[in-house]
Amino acid sequence: MSILAAGSVAPNFSLPSTPDQRVSLADFRGQVVVLAFYPADWSPVCGDQMALYNEMLGEFRKQKAQLLGISVDGVWCHAAFAGDRKLHFPLLADFEPKGAVAREYGVYRESEGLTERALFVIDAEGIIRWSFLSPIGVNPGADGIFDALDALPAKG
Amino acid sequence: MTLRPPVSAHDHSAGSADAPLTLVEYGDYQCPHCAAADPVVRAVQKAFGKELRFVFRNFPLAEMHPAAEPAAEFAEGAAVQGKFWEAHDAIFAWSRRHGPESLGADAFASIAKSLQLDGATLQADVESHRYLERIRSDFNGGVRSGVNGTPSFFINGTRFDGAANVEELSEALRALI
Repeated sequence: MSILAAGSVAPNFSLPSTPDQRVSLADFRGQVVVLAFYPADWSPVCGDQMALYNEMLGEFRKQKAQLLGISVDGVWCHAAFAGDRKLHFPLLADFEPKGAVAREYGVYRESEGLTERALFVIDAEGIIRWSFLSPIGVNPGADGIFDALDALPAKG
Repeated sequence: MTLRPPVSAHDHSAGSADAPLTLVEYGDYQCPHCAAADPVVRAVQKAFGKELRFVFRNFPLAEMHPAAEPAAEFAEGAAVQGKFWEAHDAIFAWSRRHGPESLGADAFASIAKSLQLDGATLQADVESHRYLERIRSDFNGGVRSGVNGTPSFFINGTRFDGAANVEELSEALRALI
């Protein structure tokens, strides 16, 4: 299955973000959501993708967009990773059944049991307005996300 | 991936604006890879001489590196005192010698002293975040240009995705002459 394209309805999900909290896409209806799938916590490089986005939260806020990270790691792993890297946005655990949400978005790598490195900008009505599949080893940065946010019709 | 905004008089640049090659680095003063890349850039500048202009833009990963933003503020303050590149090099040299985690107020005071800068003014610049807006503006331009980590290099406006060593940078630069 290939990555869901612009114009598709974003499949709803409800996933744990911490051991006692769940986050649903529907919670953000009326808000723009940036959904960032990434292969795994604990990427060894300086300035890895999630750490980079963490530095941009002010810019996302200015654009009134909520950032959500998502991988197949469990909540305890996410908690340790977010604590270590001082991440200030939710990391969702697509852990059980493993990769179910990634599959719905067309970004699950069956061979490795990981999510792809894939980005979605979802508008206030829950429609995907932009999606991007990055080579798994390449940090896509955030320029595409901000271009997509700029292209959203101005809120009335 | 192209550079937005383009290089302007607003940037810190070394070399002639008429040089056929412009190398732009987005860097973080507390990033060990940037500290390692600094002598590489110097070597490349030496090798290309008048053919190359080098521009440094701030990309502090402030959550990850708590001294990155103060270091950038210190360097911006030094620029106003006419010693941007001296401060820039001294911060990276400090980081290589003493470790990036040792950067902070004491390191800045010591660097200010050795470069004969007005340390009290620099300390006030850092504490009042006098140049933070400029630094954030560099950062946001980097985000828009596709910077995905530090250091990120752009050669004549296009992102360089090779390794930050003298050989690969030189080869990419030579290809454009």
